[in-house]
Amino acid sequence: MISKKTWAIIVYVILLCISLIAGFKPGIQTGKNLVNFAYQMMRVLPFAFILIGLFEVWVPRQTIEKHLGVGSGIKGHLWAVVLSAPMVGGLYVAFPMSYTLYRKGASLGVIFTFLGASSLCRIPMLIFEASFLGIPFSLARLAVSLPLVMVSSAILGRILQKRGYQPNMDL
Amino acid sequence: MKILYILTGICLLISLVANPSKTYQALKIAGKRFTKLLGEFALLLILVSLGLTLLPPRSILGYLKGPGKLFGTLIAAAVGSFTFIPGFIAYPLAGILHQQGIPYMVLASFVTTLMMVGVVTFPMEQRILGIRVALVRNILYFLLALLTSLGIGLIFGELP
Repeated sequence: MISKKTWAIIVYVILLCISLIAGFKPGIQTGKNLVNFAYQMMRVLPFAFILIGLFEVWVPRQTIEKHLGVGSGIKGHLWAVVLSAPMVGGLYVAFPMSYTLYRKGASLGVIFTFLGASSLCRIPMLIFEASFLGIPFSLARLAVSLPLVMVSSAILGRILQKRGYQPNMDL
Repeated sequence: MKILYILTGICLLISLVANPSKTYQALKIAGKRFTKLLGEFALLLILVSLGLTLLPPRSILGYLKGPGKLFGTLIAAAVGSFTFIPGFIAYPLAGILHQQGIPYMVLASFVTTLMMVGVVTFPMEQRILGIRVALVRNILYFLLALLTSLGIGLIFGELP
């Protein structure tokens, strides 16, 4: 059985190969983009996943439950921000990481804060941003967006919890 | 990037010395997660490469230059949501946009949605969160990004 996803990938690769043979420029450009981004991603992903694996094995469930779990209050959200700061990659690393945090007992609200914060205040990204747009811009952006993300994540988490929502746990 | 490699190496080494079987288990978890998400990563690659061709980062300048602050903010949010531009391209680009006189609030809208709202990472997100919650999260964070740029506009005196 080949899934739809696999089919999409096969068709896409075939189209790119045809573009290459036929000299179809946008197709070739897309292929270049693909190889380039795949390379960038592969430089990060294996290491990120190893660190996630180590985190999962070594960090005790009680620690996460206590500091990031239901009832950890605003401290849990602040912890999520601290945890998100050294993240690499982007959302595509933050999702697997948040899955691990949830398995370890972090509350839904804290997970959403983590997802938001890892897009807002990853240190590698902040350095980049501040050097091109200035430190005042970065500081102002953080000062406005982080509280917004924390508050709305807490509300969203609480609503979902009341409804008995659960993420997929089959990874 | 080097820090990541060194850090991973050190952590692995410490873990290995402390407990080899736990380390093996960690590597097994890493491998399992990665392979289970492989399809989603492939879809991400497809969407990113298509997006970069359909909307090359250089063309973004053209879209953001014409319209005023408020409309520009909306366009920037749409562009930032639908594309995935790696940071090492996005921030230099934002720097150029700034030099060309694009207001801070438009830039804030662009970089915030770029990082927080993900159409290209949606396949992976819905795999973990489910379609409905993934949709809600993206829409919510899209609105937060717009609010953030309004705040930036007020702080930098771009809004009356």
